[in-house]
Amino acid sequence: METVITPFTPGMSFAGGLAIGLGAVLLMVGLGRILGATGIMSGLIFAENNDERSWRLFMVAGMILAPLAILAVTGEMPEVNVPISPAMIIIGGIIVGFGASLGSGCTSGHGVCGLSRLSVRSLVAVPIFMATAAITVFLVRHVFGG
Amino acid sequence: MRLLFALLTGLVFGIGIALSGMMDPAKVLNFFDVAGTWDPSLAFVMGGALLVTFFGYRMVWKRTKPLFAESFDIPSATLIDKDLVVGSALFGVGWGVAGFCPGAAIPALGTGRWEVLLFLVAVGIGIFLRRAINLTPGTQKPA
Repeated sequence: METVITPFTPGMSFAGGLAIGLGAVLLMVGLGRILGATGIMSGLIFAENNDERSWRLFMVAGMILAPLAILAVTGEMPEVNVPISPAMIIIGGIIVGFGASLGSGCTSGHGVCGLSRLSVRSLVAVPIFMATAAITVFLVRHVFGG
Repeated sequence: MRLLFALLTGLVFGIGIALSGMMDPAKVLNFFDVAGTWDPSLAFVMGGALLVTFFGYRMVWKRTKPLFAESFDIPSATLIDKDLVVGSALFGVGWGVAGFCPGAAIPALGTGRWEVLLFLVAVGIGIFLRRAINLTPGTQKPA
């Protein structure tokens, strides 16, 4: 796996975090829901009715428009560097979908919304997935890879 | 109005994801690579997001109900079960392998990169497999 050095961007990352939080708060004040990306995706595919599907569809549309809005304002697309092979993207994606569905949440649902609610389940889930992600990256980059 | 509000919510969230660096797998993997090319930026994403949600949620919950729904729909489960632990552990492994998580990949679709679409199709397959194996979900809906 190719390793790309990325610059330390505390200010921009913090600003992005504030907007992520604002999105989550807006969804709560508007629709009374937790903003969990896996749940939104799952709900979009397996929605019980059209009413449950439609708001998720519009929300996903808004999310997809975001890089284009940034392109329109700054003239540049946000960076997406993928130093991962297609096979690993597929394997990783299947594990992400299975795991997030089984564990009832991912980075947005447990990480942002759950932690801020002080949900006991999220307080357990987040350290677990942060740790297994770090162990996985260590194994892939420093033990098996090079 | 409700649907436009959902669109706006997604746009704000997606702009945050894009600015933060979360949709760049190189940056995500470097965040976890403490022993290598470590880039701690993404800790600031979580810090910023939690600051807003921690106080923002508490302000919102002073309302009797949301603007476009009858009530707040908030997970109430507190049980720490095997599904939560195993599922979260697996999620981290997949995140470490692919460098994308769903909340970052959905907005990243807008960049038109095929790798993002490939990842999200794989996530869909993963969700489908989990539902096929366990058709009686546990205590909580997938969040």
